[in-house]
Amino acid sequence: MSIETDATNNAGPQTLTMGKGMKRKEDPRFLTGNGNYVDDMRLPGMLYMAIVHSPYPHANIKGIDKAAALAVPGVKAVITGEDLVAASLAWLPTFHGFDKQMVLAVGKVLFQHQEVAAVFAETREAARDAAELVDVDYEPLDPVISPFDSMKDEVILRDDREDKTNHIYHWDSGDRDGTQAALDDSEVVVTERIYAPRCHPAPLEPCGCVAQFDAMGRLHFWVTSQAPHVYRTAISLVTGIPEDKIRVISPDIGGGFGNKVPVYPGYVCAIVGALILKTPVKWIETRTENLTTTGFARDYHMDVTIGAKKDGTVTALKVKTVADHGAFDAAADPSKYPAGMFGVVTGSYQFPVAFAELDAYFTNKAPGGVAYRCSFRVTEASYAIERGMDILAQKLTMDPAELRRKNFVRKDQFPYDSALGFTYDSGDYEGTMDKALNQIGYAELRREQAEKRARGEYMGIGISTFTEVVGAGPSKHFDILGIKMFDSAEIRIHPTGTGIIRTGTKSQGQGHETTWAQIVAEELGLDPQNLLVEEGDTDTAPYGLGTYASRSTPVAGAALALAARRVREKARKVAAHLLEAAAEDIEWVDHKFQVMGAPSRSVTMKEVAFAAYTNPGEGNEPGLEASLYYDPPNMTFPHGAYIAVVDVDAETGEVKVRRFLAIDDCGTVINPMIVEGQVHGGLTEGFAIAFMQEIPYDEQGNNMAPNFMEYLIPTSVEAPVWETGSTVTPSPHHPIGAKGVGESPNVGSPAAFVNAVMDALAPLGVTHIDMPLTREKVWRAIRDAQAAAASD
Amino acid sequence: MTATDTTDTTLRTVTLNVNGQTLHQQVEPRTLLAYALRDAGLKGTHVGCDTSSCGCCVVLLDGDTPAKSCTMFAVQAEGHQITTVEGLGGPGNLHPLQQAFWDQHGLQCGYCTPGMLMTAKAMLEHNPDPTDQEVREFLSGNLCRCTGYNNIVKAVQQAARVMRDEAQAQALAGMVPGTDPSTGTAGGGAQ
Repeated sequence: MSIETDATNNAGPQTLTMGKGMKRKEDPRFLTGNGNYVDDMRLPGMLYMAIVHSPYPHANIKGIDKAAALAVPGVKAVITGEDLVAASLAWLPTFHGFDKQMVLAVGKVLFQHQEVAAVFAETREAARDAAELVDVDYEPLDPVISPFDSMKDEVILRDDREDKTNHIYHWDSGDRDGTQAALDDSEVVVTERIYAPRCHPAPLEPCGCVAQFDAMGRLHFWVTSQAPHVYRTAISLVTGIPEDKIRVISPDIGGGFGNKVPVYPGYVCAIVGALILKTPVKWIETRTENLTTTGFARDYHMDVTIGAKKDGTVTALKVKTVADHGAFDAAADPSKYPAGMFGVVTGSYQFPVAFAELDAYFTNKAPGGVAYRCSFRVTEASYAIERGMDILAQKLTMDPAELRRKNFVRKDQFPYDSALGFTYDSGDYEGTMDKALNQIGYAELRREQAEKRARGEYMGIGISTFTEVVGAGPSKHFDILGIKMFDSAEIRIHPTGTGIIRTGTKSQGQGHETTWAQIVAEELGLDPQNLLVEEGDTDTAPYGLGTYASRSTPVAGAALALAARRVREKARKVAAHLLEAAAEDIEWVDHKFQVMGAPSRSVTMKEVAFAAYTNPGEGNEPGLEASLYYDPPNMTFPHGAYIAVVDVDAETGEVKVRRFLAIDDCGTVINPMIVEGQVHGGLTEGFAIAFMQEIPYDEQGNNMAPNFMEYLIPTSVEAPVWETGSTVTPSPHHPIGAKGVGESPNVGSPAAFVNAVMDALAPLGVTHIDMPLTREKVWRAIRDAQAAAASD
Repeated sequence: MTATDTTDTTLRTVTLNVNGQTLHQQVEPRTLLAYALRDAGLKGTHVGCDTSSCGCCVVLLDGDTPAKSCTMFAVQAEGHQITTVEGLGGPGNLHPLQQAFWDQHGLQCGYCTPGMLMTAKAMLEHNPDPTDQEVREFLSGNLCRCTGYNNIVKAVQQAARVMRDEAQAQALAGMVPGTDPSTGTAGGGAQ
């Protein structure tokens, strides 16, 4: 197979490395304790920073007494919001662009654990001791915790804003009147309030940074960032430091999942500390700081309404969402998409008409709204539609697989324009679902379920056939802080045929050091083991928007393939010189250059690389490198069919996930081992979201899950055994046909789990329980349903 | 206010035996072992949760006891043989567990990996032939956010097989006089 054949270049037997499960190049360093994370940075004279947090969710600050803190041996400075006001550094723009966020509280605190002061000391212990001694005089105010209370505007939470309302913005998409008319005419209508609970990405490495100004006044900033280039620009905009005087370095990152996209107040404080104290400052947040102050995810209350004919053909979709954004609108969405990619809520189905609207409100809760392992609100959207389809199936007493089949966008309809304005690139929804149904033995499982139901046992089968929209994004639609969401690649091939690859993305465990080398190796016929991948240093890497929203492979991966082809074109001229032929007579076959029609006359890329530096040929530019900025023509639309099989113990509410099968279609696969690993990890996070994880607040505004004792991460005992598989529908517009996969399992699986539990409880008439499906909630639902049945 | 004024912040020297070497570290009585190790440059031991939940900080005490070094004071570690991930094997001489995690894609971001490896090492010291369920139960104090554990279980089983085979080879080699049982090769001429 020729690797010239762009989008149809699926991994075949003759590929060098594409489609092969090459072991990861980065692993030996992680396996031997040689990883280089931010907290591993140690600089001479480095101070430690600790932050003082508010115990109140809503309070006026009457005064702050630093004296006791400053008296602690080793303490160098304490800064407060008032200090930052004087330096014009009190507020931080949010990536969203609709709001700004306090760096340290000015006048009042707006959520529990809000940052109030920062302490700098010689040791981390002294910094924390002193933080305890900063005496803040609070005047507590009544907190507003629910967005349904906040929308009444009885208490205006943000008196710093011009608009005296808690309403942040309204967003809508689609045909409001047409949708209502279609619903009014529908034979069947189902509607359900579905809550996507507030949760947190919680990577195992907390956020942190080290700030250092060198002798020439240049800022060197090591930080746990998924988007180091955007950070450099944001830091320049906030602090006024010229961008060339800032170097941001994201070293090894211990997981991100969206948590490490926003710029946090602690980073600004550390930079201020390093500036005023003229010595490096390190700040590593505690787990409690991570869970209580940095970007949460979800917190969408979604009213989902689906209209259908009696035969199951869907006629309309309406979704009305109330979004809780906390104290500041710090959601990390592209500027023109305040509700992210929520418009993908029509899912894999042919809705002739749809309407989605959303209103976002301030509350006295932590700010955020990050894309937790999804492409900006895609998990919420996918959960809403996949849950909604099952509720419809239950109402129609139709098999949920058959209901989906009836409504799928068909393979021959792509590119498909959805009712909410996306152009889906490619897909085979029915083929992927059929593969899943066959592989899991769906018919047999339904027979088993019928037998169990007859015996009064609760077994459930849950299906989710989701579609994602990832790879933000085309510059005409997508920007953050005005910066278009392109990405970039730079390739330098050395004389000996090895090379270095740099991109604007930043791996946090995704394995870019391996997959990026594989892409370039395949395009250039070189050994991926000798292609070094370097990301995360803004002094060396080309500008890019970073790694989140499954955008690395769709955007930077495309940039890499095209940059490699530029290198190849340059090499072709050198090859022509070596082969004494015209460049147009040189073809690239089986990973080497040969004279057309004379296969015996050929040179390898390695030979050409050496010649590029030693004997390039007259008129040919010496050297062998290229860089490229890629503006994607469209998003990519990965999809999948997931099936969960559960057994519910009606006595205890315990749910056992007996089997889970994930068939993913992420287009061309670069490294199947890494894809499978991503799917395993995302499914485990989806499992956690479905059954364990939530950041709830009590009525007084207390964060009830401020550590891993309360915010539950699945262990190896809870995590199910995952079964996986794939279909391959390449993206027609991506240079190698790849679509991205890291988030699919987290987007698609929560609905499969919940649908399975609801399917198990269907005989009791239970239609919906909000996540997380804890034993208590499931047990209460069963008990209530049994009580209701008994009283009938 | 907290009782900070009663906290003893006097520095004292602890003598730690880490990976067969003696370290003298200046610590406060309250300094956690994890930070004492990291301050000594052994950065492979990570801190992830502060509540003894995640296990990123696991080291071995006396060869076979996994300990969360964020839940132990450095002064308590005196007199113990401590093994950190740096003592397990380096890039040129990976331990079978490190090799297996690499082979089976048992890591992604790498943050939990050192703790995971050390707990797995302790388990295999006690149980060289575990079932998958036993592996899962033994590792349940170590959180991983990336892998979903499936490949970690496979990796531990691969390492267990390799280590059993090595132990058997060593035992067999030991039956022949003049053979170095530590390498399983005659005359110690290991290649």
